[in-house]
Amino acid sequence: MTLLGYRVPMMAALLVWVVVWEIIGRFDLLLLFPPFTEVLMALGDVVTSRSFAEAIRITALSYACGLALAIAVGVPLGLLMGLVPAADKMLNIWVNTFLSAPLSALVPVFMILFGLGTPTVIVTVFMFAVWIIVLDTRAGVQNISPSLMEMAHSFGASHAERGKIVLLAALPEILAGIRLGMIRGVKGVVIGQLLVSIIGVGALFSLYQQNFLMAHFWALILLLFAMALTLSGLVGRLEKRIEYYAGVRS
Amino acid sequence: MSIAMQIETENAVPAASNPIIEVKGISKIYGSDIVALENIDLAFEEGQLTSLLGPSGCGKTTLLKIVAGLLKPSHGEILVKGKKVHGPGPERAFVFQDFALMPWANVMQNVAFGLKMQGVGKAAREDTARHYISEVGLSGFEQKFPHQLSGGMRQRVGLARALAVNADVLLMDEPFSAVDEQTRRKFQEDLMRLREVEKKTFLFVTHSIEEAVYVSDRIVLLSPRPGRVSQIIDPDIPQDIGPDELRRNDVYLDTVESIWHGIKKYVE
Amino acid sequence: MSLTHTAEKRIGAARADAPGLIRWLSEFTLIWKILSIALFAGAWELAGRSGFNFSFPTFSDTVAALWEMAVDGSLGAAYLRTLEPLVIGLAFSLIVGISAGIAMGLRHDVEWFSLPIFIVMQAAPMAALIPLVTFVYGIGLTAKVLAVVMLAMPVITINSYKAVRNVPPSLVSMCHSFMGSRQQQILHIIIPAASPMMFAGLRLGVAEGFSGVVLAELLITPTGIGDLITFHRSIANFAHMYATIVSIVLFAIVTVGSLQWLETALFRPEKRSSQ
Repeated sequence: MTLLGYRVPMMAALLVWVVVWEIIGRFDLLLLFPPFTEVLMALGDVVTSRSFAEAIRITALSYACGLALAIAVGVPLGLLMGLVPAADKMLNIWVNTFLSAPLSALVPVFMILFGLGTPTVIVTVFMFAVWIIVLDTRAGVQNISPSLMEMAHSFGASHAERGKIVLLAALPEILAGIRLGMIRGVKGVVIGQLLVSIIGVGALFSLYQQNFLMAHFWALILLLFAMALTLSGLVGRLEKRIEYYAGVRS
Repeated sequence: MSIAMQIETENAVPAASNPIIEVKGISKIYGSDIVALENIDLAFEEGQLTSLLGPSGCGKTTLLKIVAGLLKPSHGEILVKGKKVHGPGPERAFVFQDFALMPWANVMQNVAFGLKMQGVGKAAREDTARHYISEVGLSGFEQKFPHQLSGGMRQRVGLARALAVNADVLLMDEPFSAVDEQTRRKFQEDLMRLREVEKKTFLFVTHSIEEAVYVSDRIVLLSPRPGRVSQIIDPDIPQDIGPDELRRNDVYLDTVESIWHGIKKYVE
Repeated sequence: MSLTHTAEKRIGAARADAPGLIRWLSEFTLIWKILSIALFAGAWELAGRSGFNFSFPTFSDTVAALWEMAVDGSLGAAYLRTLEPLVIGLAFSLIVGISAGIAMGLRHDVEWFSLPIFIVMQAAPMAALIPLVTFVYGIGLTAKVLAVVMLAMPVITINSYKAVRNVPPSLVSMCHSFMGSRQQQILHIIIPAASPMMFAGLRLGVAEGFSGVVLAELLITPTGIGDLITFHRSIANFAHMYATIVSIVLFAIVTVGSLQWLETALFRPEKRSSQ
């Protein structure tokens, strides 16, 4: 939008919201919001604490493991479903089930099976991320234009060569799936730790909650939000780099 | 060359005896420096079919939308029956390139839409709509939805909708470009027949030289970057011959050829 | 003539052009589904019998537990408790989300002001706010409703916004060319053209809402389904705990699935565009 002839960038509106927040906090209009400046001050406190470094380490570790696992399982599974109709018919129902199921209800099961620690969080991240990767990979394979495969066939491409063509042709969708999986994974890592609640940021949240440290609580949430947004921004940028070829292909 | 046609040179405003639309000094500038149209002066005679022809980027659709009142010109004015245009009006109806049919409404509702906007009652507008649906040859399809129709049939719905509001001027933006060649030919023939029956003024945007020569009383040739009137051509094709004969007529072929020579330098 | 009466009713029309072949095919995939579920159940049963983990019940035990809870009424009572915040939260999210989405789609100033907030809300892990909400509003209904709203509203809003933005411009200009006022353009073109995508957003919102309510019941206050899960876990009644989880997953799937069915039934003629 433009104001007095200048283009005001979209995210500048967030600054306005911060001011609104400060006003709400100062005048105690909504109990939920302590003044923003207080949160900022708590931010320093949170970041410098030793438990914070530990929490971030656990969060990053379980996120990375869970996501890697989701990609390692999701992409091959999606390729399989895209290429083999029987596998597709068997598995489609489960992929769609887990895509719209309230996965947080499954976390208590993981807690019993994998204990109250990082493995549970890893599995939660995996479950949140993997299904969308499967679905998008499958869609990518199924969207490959038949003439491309006929071309490979008519030029006598070997099996390995044709496999490579499938993988590359489906790449834009696979990457889109991974990006969505990453965003879902962030939700998974947070929800997992909240429910396990004795490790990582989950432990910090319960600590602040028990000691009524509202500002600290918000500071930690802001940090998490910032990390999630940075991550999705980075992936978005990465995706733009391969967009050229998605554009040519369609 | 023995082409029997009259070519008027640049900037000469053709003396129309009975202009229903006057285009006066129209310019359209996008942003700060992209000139889509520059100083266009034209007059369109009542009851005639005029084509706006030109390569892509010559601003022919922009000009049509300005006449329709859908776009505002940067300079100049449009007069319809002597009155200045400020927006869409009841005396003009638009036929869209992509048909612009409402996918959730059936043929009847789509055709009656213009009348609904004018506040015509349900029974009255459905009577009128039914008449024009049969006029474009879609009787029996009143309850069908757009996705159940072929491309050519969809454009007939668009045409019936424009006819139903009983406007004096029909503005058609490349109406046949999204239908296949066979349908297109049939459509062109129907259009010519319709013109005889309806006695309306048509403004027709196309990028097909053959189509323009075939259907038009007058062709306005626009040149691109910036869009200007480069030629006005009145194809002098015998009126009394049938469509199949016409496509082999020497005058028709020569006119097509000469327009192509005029336009060729702008392509690529 | 068969041409003329097929489209009497829109819902009727959607189904009328699906002949026997489609039905035959869908029955065919149904066999695959049943086979797939049977295989899953068999694997579960075997895993349970193998006793790899003391807490892992067999499939048959789980089904028996589900039956038991359904009969003694504890499941029904739990669902009633769970549905209350879910329905209130979803209704609120729907009203606010759709109006906000439409307003953002129509007006640039509203878009500039509100869109960033919703983008942040959609990309960020909103679940982190749930403990905070309890912190302030206690463990009552308000907190649970807020949990639902926080998870469901962003996706509903963003979808409504995108739906309005994706309305084909030529349809709006068609309405304008027939002298439709701005109000008529919104009422007769923009809203109907945007509704399929808005409905899809509603479906995603409902799925998120389920997540929100379960999370709230697990984190905030053990009531309803969350209580059943926590309770049976604490007394090591694992078959009952699994049964409860299966039931809520099933319930969510069936709800979202019927919304999806409704979506195709209502909007199927429009899914294929007029191009």
